Amino acid sequence: MEPGRARRRATMTKLAQWLWALALLGSAWAALTLGALDLPSSCREVLWPLPAYLLVSAGCYALATVGYRVATFHDCEDAARELQSQIQEARADLSRRGMRF
Amino acid sequence: MASKTANRTPPRSRREPAGRPPGRDKYSVLLPTYNERENLPLIVWLLVKSFSESGIDYEIIIIDDGSPDGTREVAEQLENIYGSDKILLRPREKKLGLGTAYIHGMKHATGNYIIIMDADLSHHPKFIPEFIRKQKEGNFDIVSGTRYKGNGGVYGWDLKRKLIRLYRKEVLQKLIEKCVSKGYVFQMEMIVRARQLHYTIGEVPITFVDRVYGESKLGGNEIVSFLKGLLTLFATT
Repeated sequence: MEPGRARRRATMTKLAQWLWALALLGSAWAALTLGALDLPSSCREVLWPLPAYLLVSAGCYALATVGYRVATFHDCEDAARELQSQIQEARADLSRRGMRF
Repeated sequence: MASKTANRTPPRSRREPAGRPPGRDKYSVLLPTYNERENLPLIVWLLVKSFSESGIDYEIIIIDDGSPDGTREVAEQLENIYGSDKILLRPREKKLGLGTAYIHGMKHATGNYIIIMDADLSHHPKFIPEFIRKQKEGNFDIVSGTRYKGNGGVYGWDLKRKLIRLYRKEVLQKLIEKCVSKGYVFQMEMIVRARQLHYTIGEVPITFVDRVYGESKLGGNEIVSFLKGLLTLFATT
Protein backbone atom coordinates (compact mmCIF):
# COMPACT_ATOMS: atom_id res chain seq x y z
CA MET A 1 0.00 0.00 0.00
CA GLU A 2 1.29 3.43 -0.85
CA PRO A 3 -0.76 5.87 1.22
CA GLY A 4 1.67 8.65 0.32
CA ARG A 5 0.76 8.48 -3.35
CA ALA A 6 -3.00 8.33 -2.78
CA ARG A 7 -2.98 11.38 -0.49
CA ARG A 8 -0.58 13.61 -2.43
CA ARG A 9 -2.17 16.85 -3.59
CA ALA A 10 -0.96 18.49 -6.79
CA THR A 11 1.23 21.50 -6.07
CA MET A 12 1.62 24.26 -8.63
CA THR A 13 4.92 24.38 -10.42
CA LYS A 14 7.04 27.46 -9.77
CA LEU A 15 6.34 28.60 -13.33
CA ALA A 16 2.61 28.33 -12.77
CA GLN A 17 2.90 30.28 -9.50
CA TRP A 18 4.80 33.07 -11.21
CA LEU A 19 2.36 33.26 -14.13
CA TRP A 20 -0.53 33.38 -11.68
CA ALA A 21 1.10 36.17 -9.66
CA LEU A 22 1.99 38.12 -12.81
CA ALA A 23 -1.54 37.79 -14.13
CA LEU A 24 -2.94 39.08 -10.84
CA LEU A 25 -0.54 42.02 -10.52
CA GLY A 26 -0.70 42.74 -14.24
CA SER A 27 -4.47 42.98 -14.31
CA ALA A 28 -4.46 45.15 -11.18
CA TRP A 29 -1.93 47.52 -12.82
CA ALA A 30 -3.87 47.61 -16.09
CA ALA A 31 -7.14 48.29 -14.29
CA LEU A 32 -5.69 51.10 -12.20
CA THR A 33 -3.86 52.81 -15.06
CA LEU A 34 -6.97 52.66 -17.20
CA GLY A 35 -9.01 54.37 -14.52
CA ALA A 36 -10.83 51.67 -12.59
CA LEU A 37 -10.55 53.50 -9.24
CA ASP A 38 -10.31 57.13 -10.43
CA LEU A 39 -6.90 57.77 -8.93
CA PRO A 40 -5.38 61.29 -9.05
CA SER A 41 -3.24 61.82 -12.16
CA SER A 42 -0.01 62.08 -10.15
CA CYS A 43 -0.56 58.52 -8.91
CA ARG A 44 -1.27 57.33 -12.41
CA GLU A 45 1.87 59.00 -13.75
CA VAL A 46 3.95 56.92 -11.35
CA LEU A 47 1.98 53.73 -11.74
CA TRP A 48 2.09 53.61 -15.53
CA PRO A 49 5.86 53.12 -16.01
CA LEU A 50 6.23 51.11 -12.78
CA PRO A 51 6.58 47.66 -14.36
CA ALA A 52 9.36 48.89 -16.64
CA TYR A 53 11.18 50.53 -13.73
CA LEU A 54 10.88 47.38 -11.65
CA LEU A 55 12.21 45.24 -14.47
CA VAL A 56 15.24 47.44 -15.02
CA SER A 57 15.94 47.62 -11.28
CA ALA A 58 15.71 43.86 -10.97
CA GLY A 59 18.17 43.50 -13.85
CA CYS A 60 20.62 45.93 -12.27
CA TYR A 61 20.36 44.22 -8.92
CA ALA A 62 21.05 40.84 -10.50
CA LEU A 63 24.11 42.12 -12.36
CA ALA A 64 25.43 43.88 -9.29
CA THR A 65 25.04 40.76 -7.16
CA VAL A 66 26.79 38.56 -9.70
CA GLY A 67 29.59 41.08 -10.07
CA TYR A 68 30.07 41.40 -6.33
CA ARG A 69 30.07 37.65 -5.78
CA VAL A 70 32.59 37.06 -8.56
CA ALA A 71 34.85 39.79 -7.23
CA THR A 72 34.78 38.52 -3.65
CA PHE A 73 35.06 34.83 -4.42
CA HIS A 74 37.68 33.28 -2.14
CA ASP A 75 40.78 32.05 -3.86
CA CYS A 76 42.35 29.20 -1.93
CA GLU A 77 45.97 28.73 -2.74
CA ASP A 78 46.57 27.03 0.60
CA ALA A 79 44.11 24.30 -0.24
CA ALA A 80 45.81 23.67 -3.55
CA ARG A 81 49.24 23.47 -1.92
CA GLU A 82 48.01 21.18 0.83
CA LEU A 83 46.45 18.88 -1.72
CA GLN A 84 49.69 18.65 -3.69
CA SER A 85 51.71 17.64 -0.66
CA GLN A 86 49.10 15.09 0.38
CA ILE A 87 49.18 13.58 -3.08
CA GLN A 88 52.90 12.95 -2.64
CA GLU A 89 52.30 11.40 0.76
CA ALA A 90 49.50 9.24 -0.59
CA ARG A 91 51.54 7.88 -3.47
CA ALA A 92 54.42 7.00 -1.17
CA ASP A 93 52.19 5.29 1.36
CA LEU A 94 50.24 3.35 -1.23
CA SER A 95 53.40 2.19 -3.00
CA ARG A 96 54.67 0.87 0.29
CA ARG A 97 51.46 -1.07 0.72
CA GLY A 98 51.76 -2.67 -2.67
CA MET A 99 49.92 -0.40 -5.06
CA ARG A 100 51.30 -0.48 -8.59
CA PHE A 101 50.45 2.82 -10.24
CA MET B 1 11.40 2.08 7.96
CA ALA B 2 8.51 1.63 5.51
CA SER B 3 6.13 3.52 7.79
CA LYS B 4 8.49 6.49 7.96
CA THR B 5 8.73 7.06 4.23
CA ALA B 6 5.07 6.46 3.45
CA ASN B 7 3.97 9.81 4.96
CA ARG B 8 4.60 13.13 3.30
CA THR B 9 6.52 14.76 6.15
CA PRO B 10 8.34 12.89 8.88
CA PRO B 11 7.72 14.69 12.17
CA ARG B 12 10.83 16.17 13.71
CA SER B 13 10.98 13.89 16.69
CA ARG B 14 11.33 10.81 14.53
CA ARG B 15 14.58 11.77 12.85
CA GLU B 16 16.68 8.98 14.24
CA PRO B 17 19.04 6.86 12.16
CA ALA B 18 17.02 3.88 11.12
CA GLY B 19 18.16 0.30 11.32
CA ARG B 20 21.33 0.70 13.38
CA PRO B 21 21.89 0.58 17.13
CA PRO B 22 22.07 4.08 18.62
CA GLY B 23 25.56 5.58 18.72
CA ARG B 24 26.78 3.23 16.00
CA ASP B 25 26.54 5.37 12.90
CA LYS B 26 28.15 4.18 9.72
CA TYR B 27 28.86 6.34 6.70
CA SER B 28 28.77 4.88 3.19
CA VAL B 29 30.63 6.90 0.57
CA LEU B 30 29.33 6.40 -2.96
CA LEU B 31 32.01 6.99 -5.59
CA PRO B 32 30.77 6.66 -9.16
CA THR B 33 33.84 6.56 -11.37
CA TYR B 34 34.58 6.80 -15.04
CA ASN B 35 38.21 6.98 -16.13
CA GLU B 36 39.56 7.97 -12.75
CA ARG B 37 42.60 5.74 -12.70
CA GLU B 38 44.89 8.51 -11.47
CA ASN B 39 42.57 10.06 -8.93
CA LEU B 40 40.94 7.01 -7.40
CA PRO B 41 43.86 5.82 -5.22
CA LEU B 42 44.35 9.35 -3.96
CA ILE B 43 40.73 10.00 -3.09
CA VAL B 44 40.47 6.64 -1.34
CA TRP B 45 43.67 7.28 0.62
CA LEU B 46 42.36 10.69 1.72
CA LEU B 47 38.99 9.22 2.68
CA VAL B 48 40.59 6.44 4.72
CA LYS B 49 42.84 8.99 6.41
CA SER B 50 39.98 11.35 7.31
CA PHE B 51 37.72 8.61 8.64
CA SER B 52 40.44 6.76 10.56
CA GLU B 53 41.77 9.91 12.16
CA SER B 54 38.27 10.78 13.37
CA GLY B 55 37.37 7.26 14.45
CA ILE B 56 34.34 7.16 12.16
CA ASP B 57 32.91 3.88 10.90
CA TYR B 58 32.80 3.92 7.09
CA GLU B 59 32.74 2.05 3.84
CA ILE B 60 33.61 3.22 0.34
CA ILE B 61 31.51 1.89 -2.52
CA ILE B 62 33.17 2.27 -5.92
CA ILE B 63 30.75 2.11 -8.83
CA ASP B 64 32.82 1.97 -11.96
CA ASP B 65 30.98 2.09 -15.27
CA GLY B 66 33.33 -0.02 -17.34
CA SER B 67 36.18 2.50 -17.53
CA PRO B 68 38.55 1.68 -20.37
CA ASP B 69 41.57 3.17 -18.59
CA GLY B 70 42.00 0.48 -15.94
CA THR B 71 40.13 2.17 -13.09
CA ARG B 72 38.70 -1.16 -12.09
CA GLU B 73 42.15 -2.76 -11.67
CA VAL B 74 43.20 0.13 -9.48
CA ALA B 75 40.02 -0.30 -7.43
CA GLU B 76 40.83 -4.00 -6.98
CA GLN B 77 44.28 -3.15 -5.65
CA LEU B 78 42.71 -0.73 -3.18
CA GLU B 79 40.34 -3.46 -2.07
CA ASN B 80 43.32 -5.71 -1.37
CA ILE B 81 45.12 -3.01 0.57
CA TYR B 82 42.25 -1.80 2.74
CA GLY B 83 39.98 -4.82 2.89
CA SER B 84 36.73 -5.70 1.20
CA ASP B 85 34.75 -4.63 4.25
CA LYS B 86 35.94 -1.05 3.71
CA ILE B 87 36.28 -0.91 -0.07
CA LEU B 88 33.30 -2.35 -1.90
CA LEU B 89 33.56 -2.79 -5.63
CA ARG B 90 30.20 -2.74 -7.35
CA PRO B 91 31.02 -2.08 -11.00
CA ARG B 92 28.74 -1.94 -14.01
CA GLU B 93 29.28 -2.90 -17.61
CA LYS B 94 29.00 0.52 -19.21
CA LYS B 95 28.14 4.16 -18.59
CA LEU B 96 24.63 4.13 -17.25
CA GLY B 97 24.37 7.53 -15.63
CA LEU B 98 24.80 9.16 -12.27
CA GLY B 99 21.31 8.58 -10.87
CA THR B 100 21.36 4.86 -11.50
CA ALA B 101 24.91 4.69 -10.12
CA TYR B 102 23.63 6.07 -6.82
CA ILE B 103 20.69 3.68 -6.77
CA HIS B 104 23.02 0.78 -7.52
CA GLY B 105 25.48 1.89 -4.86
CA MET B 106 22.79 2.38 -2.23
CA LYS B 107 21.55 -1.16 -2.69
CA HIS B 108 24.90 -2.33 -1.31
CA ALA B 109 25.34 0.31 1.34
CA THR B 110 25.26 -0.89 4.94
CA GLY B 111 25.64 2.55 6.46
CA ASN B 112 22.78 4.68 7.77
CA TYR B 113 24.23 7.80 6.16
CA ILE B 114 25.29 8.20 2.55
CA ILE B 115 27.96 10.58 1.28
CA ILE B 116 27.99 11.46 -2.37
CA MET B 117 31.04 13.05 -3.90
CA ASP B 118 33.10 13.16 -7.06
CA ALA B 119 36.12 10.93 -7.40
CA ASP B 120 38.27 13.59 -9.00
CA LEU B 121 39.84 15.31 -5.99
CA SER B 122 37.78 18.46 -6.48
CA HIS B 123 36.45 17.98 -2.96
CA HIS B 124 38.78 17.08 -0.16
CA PRO B 125 37.59 14.35 2.21
CA LYS B 126 38.96 16.33 5.13
CA PHE B 127 35.61 18.14 5.16
CA ILE B 128 33.63 15.00 5.81
CA PRO B 129 34.08 15.00 9.61
CA GLU B 130 32.77 18.59 9.50
CA PHE B 131 29.75 17.46 7.53
CA ILE B 132 29.12 14.79 10.13
CA ARG B 133 29.52 17.25 12.97
CA LYS B 134 27.15 19.73 11.27
CA GLN B 135 24.57 17.04 10.66
CA LYS B 136 24.56 16.04 14.32
CA GLU B 137 24.53 19.65 15.46
CA GLY B 138 21.35 20.53 13.57
CA ASN B 139 19.89 17.05 13.17
CA PHE B 140 19.79 17.75 9.44
CA ASP B 141 18.49 15.37 6.83
CA ILE B 142 20.98 16.66 4.26
CA VAL B 143 24.27 18.53 4.55
CA SER B 144 25.67 20.15 1.45
CA GLY B 145 29.06 21.70 0.77
CA THR B 146 29.11 25.31 -0.36
CA ARG B 147 31.90 27.28 -1.99
CA TYR B 148 30.13 30.57 -1.45
CA LYS B 149 29.95 31.02 2.28
CA GLY B 150 32.28 31.17 5.22
CA ASN B 151 35.75 29.92 4.38
CA GLY B 152 34.55 28.34 1.19
CA GLY B 153 36.26 29.15 -2.06
CA VAL B 154 37.91 27.82 -5.14
CA TYR B 155 41.29 27.36 -6.65
CA GLY B 156 40.99 27.27 -10.40
CA TRP B 157 37.94 28.22 -12.41
CA ASP B 158 36.09 25.04 -13.21
CA LEU B 159 32.47 26.14 -13.16
CA LYS B 160 31.08 22.63 -13.25
CA ARG B 161 28.63 21.93 -10.55
CA LYS B 162 30.57 19.56 -8.38
CA LEU B 163 28.62 18.48 -5.37
CA ILE B 164 29.48 16.87 -2.12
CA ARG B 165 26.59 15.96 0.16
CA LEU B 166 25.76 13.89 3.16
CA TYR B 167 22.28 12.32 3.28
CA ARG B 168 20.39 10.17 5.72
CA LYS B 169 20.03 6.94 3.82
CA GLU B 170 16.23 6.90 3.86
CA VAL B 171 16.10 10.54 2.73
CA LEU B 172 18.30 9.84 -0.30
CA GLN B 173 16.23 6.81 -1.21
CA LYS B 174 13.05 8.85 -1.09
CA LEU B 175 14.51 11.70 -3.15
CA ILE B 176 15.95 9.50 -5.87
CA GLU B 177 12.58 7.90 -6.26
CA LYS B 178 11.00 11.32 -6.87
CA CYS B 179 13.55 12.86 -9.20
CA VAL B 180 13.13 12.69 -12.94
CA SER B 181 16.00 14.69 -14.45
CA LYS B 182 19.28 13.36 -15.73
CA GLY B 183 22.91 14.23 -15.10
CA TYR B 184 23.79 17.27 -13.07
CA VAL B 185 20.29 18.74 -13.21
CA PHE B 186 19.22 15.71 -11.20
CA GLN B 187 21.42 16.85 -8.32
CA MET B 188 19.79 20.28 -8.39
CA GLU B 189 16.39 18.67 -8.55
CA MET B 190 17.15 16.63 -5.43
CA ILE B 191 17.50 19.78 -3.37
CA VAL B 192 14.30 21.25 -4.82
CA ARG B 193 12.40 18.09 -3.97
CA ALA B 194 14.02 17.96 -0.56
CA ARG B 195 12.68 21.42 0.22
CA GLN B 196 9.23 20.47 -1.02
CA LEU B 197 9.26 17.50 1.31
CA HIS B 198 10.39 19.77 4.14
CA TYR B 199 13.67 18.00 4.76
CA THR B 200 16.21 20.06 6.67
CA ILE B 201 19.38 21.06 4.88
CA GLY B 202 22.61 22.27 6.44
CA GLU B 203 25.64 23.79 4.76
CA VAL B 204 29.37 23.48 5.35
CA PRO B 205 31.87 25.80 3.63
CA ILE B 206 34.31 23.83 1.53
CA THR B 207 37.22 24.63 -0.71
CA PHE B 208 37.24 23.33 -4.21
CA VAL B 209 40.49 22.68 -6.01
CA ASP B 210 40.28 22.30 -9.74
CA ARG B 211 41.02 18.83 -11.00
CA VAL B 212 44.61 17.85 -10.57
CA TYR B 213 44.76 15.12 -13.19
CA GLY B 214 42.79 15.19 -16.39
CA GLU B 215 41.52 18.04 -18.49
CA SER B 216 39.61 20.98 -17.17
CA LYS B 217 36.73 21.83 -19.44
CA LEU B 218 35.68 25.41 -18.91
CA GLY B 219 33.22 26.62 -21.47
CA GLY B 220 30.05 28.47 -22.27
CA ASN B 221 28.54 25.04 -22.74
CA GLU B 222 28.44 24.49 -18.98
CA ILE B 223 26.70 27.81 -18.39
CA VAL B 224 24.11 27.11 -21.07
CA SER B 225 23.31 23.66 -19.78
CA PHE B 226 23.12 24.98 -16.22
CA LEU B 227 20.58 27.63 -17.27
CA LYS B 228 18.62 25.07 -19.25
CA GLY B 229 18.55 22.82 -16.23
CA LEU B 230 17.39 25.67 -14.02
CA LEU B 231 14.57 26.59 -16.39
CA THR B 232 13.51 22.97 -16.62
CA LEU B 233 13.30 22.71 -12.86
CA PHE B 234 11.41 26.01 -12.73
CA ALA B 235 8.82 24.72 -15.14
CA THR B 236 8.44 21.26 -13.73
CA THR B 237 8.63 21.49 -9.94
